[in-house]
Amino acid sequence: MDPKLKKTKDSSSNSANSPDSTHSSFPFPDEVLERVLSLLHSHKDRSSVSLVCKDWYNAERWTRTKLFIGNCYSVSPEIVARRFPRIKSVTLKGKPRFSDFNLVPQYWGADVHSWLVMFAKVYPFLEELRLKRMTLSDESLKFLATSFPGFKALSLLSCDGFSTDGLKAIATHCKNLTELDIQENGIDDFGGGWLSCFSENCSSLEVLNFASLSSDVSFDALEKLVRRCKSLRILKVNKSISLDQLQQLLVQAPQLIELGTGSFQQELTPRQYEDLETAFSKCKNLQTLSGLWEATSLHLPVLYAACASLTFLNLSYATLRSDELAKLVAHSPNLRRLWVLDTVEDKGLETVGSSCPLLEELRVYPADPFELDLHHGVTEAGFLAVSHGCRKLHYVLYFCRQMTNAAVATIVQNCPDFTHFRLCIMNPGEPDYLTNEPMDEAFGAVVKTCTNLQRLAVSGLLTDLTFEYIGRYAKNLETLSVAFAGSSDRGMQCVLQGCPKLRKLEIRDSPFGNAALLSGVEKYETMRSLWMSACNVTMSACRLLAKDMPRLNVEVMRDEGSDDRQADKVYVYRSVAGPRRDAPPFVLTL
Amino acid sequence: MSPENTKELLESETSGGLKTELTLGLPGDSQVQKSGIKRGFTDVVHLNDAIAESQPHSKAQVVGWPPVRTYRKNLMKNGKYVKVAVDGAPYLRKVNLEIYSSYQDLLTAMGDMFTCLTICNVLNERKLMDSANGEEYVPTYEDKDGDWMLVGDVPWKMFVESCKRLRLMKSSEAIGLGSAAPSTPSKGSSISC
Repeated sequence: MDPKLKKTKDSSSNSANSPDSTHSSFPFPDEVLERVLSLLHSHKDRSSVSLVCKDWYNAERWTRTKLFIGNCYSVSPEIVARRFPRIKSVTLKGKPRFSDFNLVPQYWGADVHSWLVMFAKVYPFLEELRLKRMTLSDESLKFLATSFPGFKALSLLSCDGFSTDGLKAIATHCKNLTELDIQENGIDDFGGGWLSCFSENCSSLEVLNFASLSSDVSFDALEKLVRRCKSLRILKVNKSISLDQLQQLLVQAPQLIELGTGSFQQELTPRQYEDLETAFSKCKNLQTLSGLWEATSLHLPVLYAACASLTFLNLSYATLRSDELAKLVAHSPNLRRLWVLDTVEDKGLETVGSSCPLLEELRVYPADPFELDLHHGVTEAGFLAVSHGCRKLHYVLYFCRQMTNAAVATIVQNCPDFTHFRLCIMNPGEPDYLTNEPMDEAFGAVVKTCTNLQRLAVSGLLTDLTFEYIGRYAKNLETLSVAFAGSSDRGMQCVLQGCPKLRKLEIRDSPFGNAALLSGVEKYETMRSLWMSACNVTMSACRLLAKDMPRLNVEVMRDEGSDDRQADKVYVYRSVAGPRRDAPPFVLTL
Repeated sequence: MSPENTKELLESETSGGLKTELTLGLPGDSQVQKSGIKRGFTDVVHLNDAIAESQPHSKAQVVGWPPVRTYRKNLMKNGKYVKVAVDGAPYLRKVNLEIYSSYQDLLTAMGDMFTCLTICNVLNERKLMDSANGEEYVPTYEDKDGDWMLVGDVPWKMFVESCKRLRLMKSSEAIGLGSAAPSTPSKGSSISC
């Protein structure tokens, strides 16, 4: 932190106690303080600043323009409106992460509408809205589109409740739109007509991502839009866009930094193929490439010219084989991030290890998660190969069907800088396949070696020992995901007692019960949230927790036909807004 | 995993120390593992048995597991997995037809999968041969109408769409299918080897 600021802190803490000395010993007038603080962008820094003293709290609240709310129920729109008068950009996150995997019933909540109503009143100059795991209706989208004349950027990730009709409203009414980013939402797709709703005067788009929508859009409208928007830097189209159409778009927008292609399979004439190749070679600024649905070795070579500058290659929707991947990565030596499907197998990952020395992030998704045949997908060998060649690896998400303790130990020795280690051995409770032992030592090695570890997801056969290791060594851990693991309450207790920076703990199908839940009574207020489902927690323990900790919301959902005493799904989170008033009947607020 | 270990594993799963010796193998029985990455067929089969015994539920029955987002799951459902049977072997395999772009690709993969088989191109017909016992296999498939067809007659994409499952039929039994329409020039991805 700036030494000048620190000095101010010392002198102001002396004056903080006397009521009328607000500015007498204060070296900086408000305007200067506000000017300085307006340069702070990280919400964590701003949070710290606001705790220094009342003056700083005020200066900070007047200068904050970006709002980040990690749990929409931790605070209310009214409280936010009172504190922050000048917000231009809002990021709101709603449902617990396990809702991505169907563990949270529909109509659970996290509806954005009441927030929008407040924003319209208090922040009429709102420009950006980024929602994750929120519910929003078409009406809400219409309201958004018509309530904020300066609205510029809308980003929706993993949201639900709306349809393409809502998008029509956005395209029609937001005259200054710079960003429309629609990702992986549970949305009703009634057709691609929304794209044609952009006015012919709209030329401000910088980001357009509709890759996850399935219907055809008017190519004519799209092409004209792309041509008009000279500042377009991110374009991710959907499957309905063919290869020759893609070529026509690329010719209009060689300045693109991020491209998501449409379908990558089409009978092309030699001339079309050549044109496409040329178009790609002209994209000198391309850093990110995604899409590539149905890509095969027939057309992948058109990409080679553009691969040299790529830092992020997202092949997670392309069922590539090892040889196809090999050729692609051979042309992409600057890759920092790579997402693939496990159809590339260990052989494909070996080529990644040898071709991408700068790799920092690897994600391997399963092409067929329910396939029991061990012959498919990747194993520990692939992961090992990458770790040998890519020493800078710090983020991994790896879905596999077999793993060994020894392999993981070697992997973290090769790559000790992991900040995010998410290993998913797909068969629940799967032991080390060579020794038949639990995978405790694997995760022990991870937490012992990777001192900067922030996020960990464990899997395989695990005893309490894994959690003892985590509690003892994972001092920077913020997020922990547990499934089908542990032997007793002790496991969860070790984590709650040992990880000082823990913010999010999500557990499913593990033998942790009341003693474990209650051992964290003082911990949960320092965390964003706790999720426990299919564990051994009962209603009485939940009630006790709720009673002792008024600033925690303790919510329980029961499964159909289960015992009245069982708390099948428990969601605990800190809140200054009290229990939520919009809970549906199946959510019991204790 | 060596054959000895898998056998031990299997034995430890059976109650009362009963020795159930399952010796499975394709014609020509391969015991040799391929370059440590893919297992021999017999190993895979033994391991599957062991897992099936220790896991009461199949993966597909557990809600939300593996943790793959609904959006991605729905997309990947489009993978075209079909069963592959080989005459004489009691266990089937599965291939995802969508990851191949030609008949040659598919045959190569089947040769990899059933390690004892190699491709032999005889008179423009595609066959797989077991070098150990000289037995020849002809790739056939069941189409949408339920008819058994010879692999290779229609364009690749059409084949992927209509193929319901594959069967490597012993050449000796495939005589009726063998002489199909006079072979068209082997060019492009449709028929050529």
